Amino acid sequence: MAKLNVNGTVRDFQADSDTPLLWVLREQLGLTGTKYGCGIAQCGSCTVHIDGAPVRSCVRPASSVKPTEKIVTIEGLSKDGSHPIQKAWVALDVPQCGFCQSGMIMAATALVKAKPNPTDKDIDEAMTNICRCGTYNRVRAGIKMAVQEMANAKAGKGAGKATKKVANALGIEHTEGQLSRGEA
Amino acid sequence: MKNGQPVNAGRRSFVKGAAASAGSLVVGFHVPFLKNADAQTPSSASTAIPEINAWVVVKPDDTVVVRIARSEMGQGTLTGLAQLVAEELECDWAKVTTEYPTPGQNLARSRAWGDFGTGGSRGIRQSQDYVRKGGAIARTMLVQAAADEWKVPATECTVAKSVISHAASKRQTTFGKVSAAAAKLTPPKDIALKDPKNWTLIGKRVARLDTVEKTTGKQIYGMDLKLPGMLNAAIKACPVFGGKLKGFDDSATMKVAGIKKIVRVGDDAVAVVADTWWHAKKGLDALKIEWDEGANAKASSAAYAEVVKAGLTAKDAAVGNKNGDALAAIAASAKTVEAVYSYPHQNHACMETMNATAVWTAEKCEVWTPTQNGEGALAATSEAAGLPNSKCEVYKLHLGGGFGRRGAVHDWVRQVVLIAKQMPGTPIKLIWSREEDMVQGKYHPLTHCKMVAGLDEKGEITGLHMRISGQSILASLRPEAIRNGMDPVVFQGLNDGGGEAMIGYGFANLLIDHAMRNPHVPPGFWRGVNLNQNAIYLECFIDEIAAATKQDPLALRRKLMTKYPKHQAVLEAVAKHVGWDKPAPAGVFRGLAQTHGFGSYVAACAEVSVSKEGALKVHRIVAATDCGYAVNPQQIEAQVEGSFVYGLGAALYQECTVKDGRIVETNFHDYPSLKLADMPKVETLIVASGGFWGGVGEPTIAVAAPAVLNAIFAATGKRIRDLPLKNHSLKA
Ligand code: FES
Ligand code: FES
Repeated sequence: MAKLNVNGTVRDFQADSDTPLLWVLREQLGLTGTKYGCGIAQCGSCTVHIDGAPVRSCVRPASSVKPTEKIVTIEGLSKDGSHPIQKAWVALDVPQCGFCQSGMIMAATALVKAKPNPTDKDIDEAMTNICRCGTYNRVRAGIKMAVQEMANAKAGKGAGKATKKVANALGIEHTEGQLSRGEA
Repeated sequence: MKNGQPVNAGRRSFVKGAAASAGSLVVGFHVPFLKNADAQTPSSASTAIPEINAWVVVKPDDTVVVRIARSEMGQGTLTGLAQLVAEELECDWAKVTTEYPTPGQNLARSRAWGDFGTGGSRGIRQSQDYVRKGGAIARTMLVQAAADEWKVPATECTVAKSVISHAASKRQTTFGKVSAAAAKLTPPKDIALKDPKNWTLIGKRVARLDTVEKTTGKQIYGMDLKLPGMLNAAIKACPVFGGKLKGFDDSATMKVAGIKKIVRVGDDAVAVVADTWWHAKKGLDALKIEWDEGANAKASSAAYAEVVKAGLTAKDAAVGNKNGDALAAIAASAKTVEAVYSYPHQNHACMETMNATAVWTAEKCEVWTPTQNGEGALAATSEAAGLPNSKCEVYKLHLGGGFGRRGAVHDWVRQVVLIAKQMPGTPIKLIWSREEDMVQGKYHPLTHCKMVAGLDEKGEITGLHMRISGQSILASLRPEAIRNGMDPVVFQGLNDGGGEAMIGYGFANLLIDHAMRNPHVPPGFWRGVNLNQNAIYLECFIDEIAAATKQDPLALRRKLMTKYPKHQAVLEAVAKHVGWDKPAPAGVFRGLAQTHGFGSYVAACAEVSVSKEGALKVHRIVAATDCGYAVNPQQIEAQVEGSFVYGLGAALYQECTVKDGRIVETNFHDYPSLKLADMPKVETLIVASGGFWGGVGEPTIAVAAPAVLNAIFAATGKRIRDLPLKNHSLKA
């Protein structure tokens, strides 16, 4: 039995040495939030974090990931969907079909962690995921909203302020509960 | 009743609305599972809540379950349709959830939910009337139930946000408290719908109902489905369309871990079934397959281009729109402008590749799949299963993109059932690899077009001839719809009148005709369909005429649009917003386009720059849509933004070519998509003029390419007439 550290838990798995991490996550560990889109590192649907860095798991053999390396998938990003990126995504209704969005969110969360104040160019360079529905402009807006939110939080300003401000500016009306996750 | 069983076993249409048995289809967009399914089984709806009618279930806690027959594939239809029902129902929007009825239930109930088909931007516009009535009928019954309880006339009761009040006696109740009684009432026959000016929910920018799960990885797509005892399948069909499977050597495959079975699928495909999909794919890659490639083994894009080119001057052509005598007018003209355009084959490339899960026994066949047409999937299931519809069922899942690929043909459903049939009782999940998805598509039809305009001495247009040559979608998918050799859909956006897809220019002499030339590459409805190339041909050529006669492209269009006020209104809105009468920023150039399709009027202006080295940058797009009534403006904006991604990706990069009878491009490395860094700013203007219902998922795609191509001409003087743009150099 080989071991992987996924979302804070060490998990056993059994796979041939060439099995990509993607398929171990999806088919053995039941973590289907990470998606298959191309299998050749082109689309980013399969993005997870390994020690905080974004990795396209479809081309990374699971056997090459050490049990000491910490893997985070969309399911482990936050307990309740409360990562500022997730909340911004909800506030702006970023997803359309949603299939690419786990990967988008994992790429975006890695970006804002590495660069708490990303420029447009940083966003262009980091966000190379494919979205066939075409959510890119909202992805960009969501990253900027989340960055603002995180900066506010750091400065001790109220959580959710930036999110609500931008959502209001766009006039998107949320029903009870849609925006409140993670605030409880 | 068990999960996955019909909502209502009784045969009746929703307007009869007699008391119904349990609605146990699960709430929300969880997956209806097999009996005794594993821990993935979602919390089920209460087991014995009668529906008010086919569209509405109200639970005792006031939760309103709105049933949605059309498919959600990202376009927001689910939320929009729920808004339409809730508007008339007068329920509390915060308490609305949704569920999909199954196609089997629809058949069993005399199609109580109408059409399941979700394509042609029809989701909202073609169900708005009956879903609003469904909401209104349910409201009337709920109010009646309260009035009966209070022994007062229903007309004295008022209703808002799920609360029913009787002012005179100061009594109040909620939908949830009277829903059981309401379900027993006879539904009213005549029902009046609200005047649009009294709408409070339709037209609101409410957030989608399906977003949250898509941000946490919890949304279950077809590809994520897991059933107890399930095996996984990977498949390869003959890469040459029309070819057959001759045989295979499985010696290497059998050495791969986890392989369970290798099966023929119909006469043209082979599948490997394994414990995991990764093993199935590995086994398939190791399989030595022999194909009988058949008559198309040598077919190529180049050879086909010659055939289509010949169609541009062929004598025989089906006429789609004609007035006056265009050929005579052109022959007698002082000057002519001529240009030949082309549009390639393209793959839909849904983010989620084709997939389905099936269980077959001699008594029943069940299929779980993302589909744009549940009833079409049911028909495909029944045919492949060799069982009547009544012994089959299809459970729809949210789609990871549809774009037309998952509607008209359910080839993947047929395949999974044929595999499952060879392993009775075992659930089989079939997933297409991206490579299979790319080479087994239903492609955007390939056409060429020759445009000829006759001009008089003053440069006024005396006649226009538009000859389209190439592929017909209907000839392949619905041959019965071909009338005297004419495929009416070929003329999308070019029709002489009608509310669906009408040309927006008046010409004294006009001829638009089509020489049908069908290659062996199977065509499909590709988001935007024939409007895409037709808008490019016409809108770019109008610009060519403007350039040839030294007119401003907007001024020329205005002259031609006097009889088409709605077409013109969206164009004017765009011109005004972009500031057409003022110069663009230094180095930036503009291009216009407009069209009418799927019932909506759309226009766009693109602002681009082209560097000396030929690098194109699309800076900004201003786009206007008149869809009549705008149900959810923020979703319309999302569709318009997305349409530019889909349309610009196609225009800039995408082409499927044929060599040795098969598609050459196999994945996103050679079939690139637009990415975030390429994405222009999009400013969406919703110019909803009321009085009609137009679609929004597709029409805007058609103006993306011509607006950008016209802007490129303004920037460089280069007229790009063949897509994709990547095949051309824009270098100065
Ligand atoms: S599936 Fe890994 S990048 Fe596309
Ligand atoms: S939301 Fe559908 S592919 Fe991105």
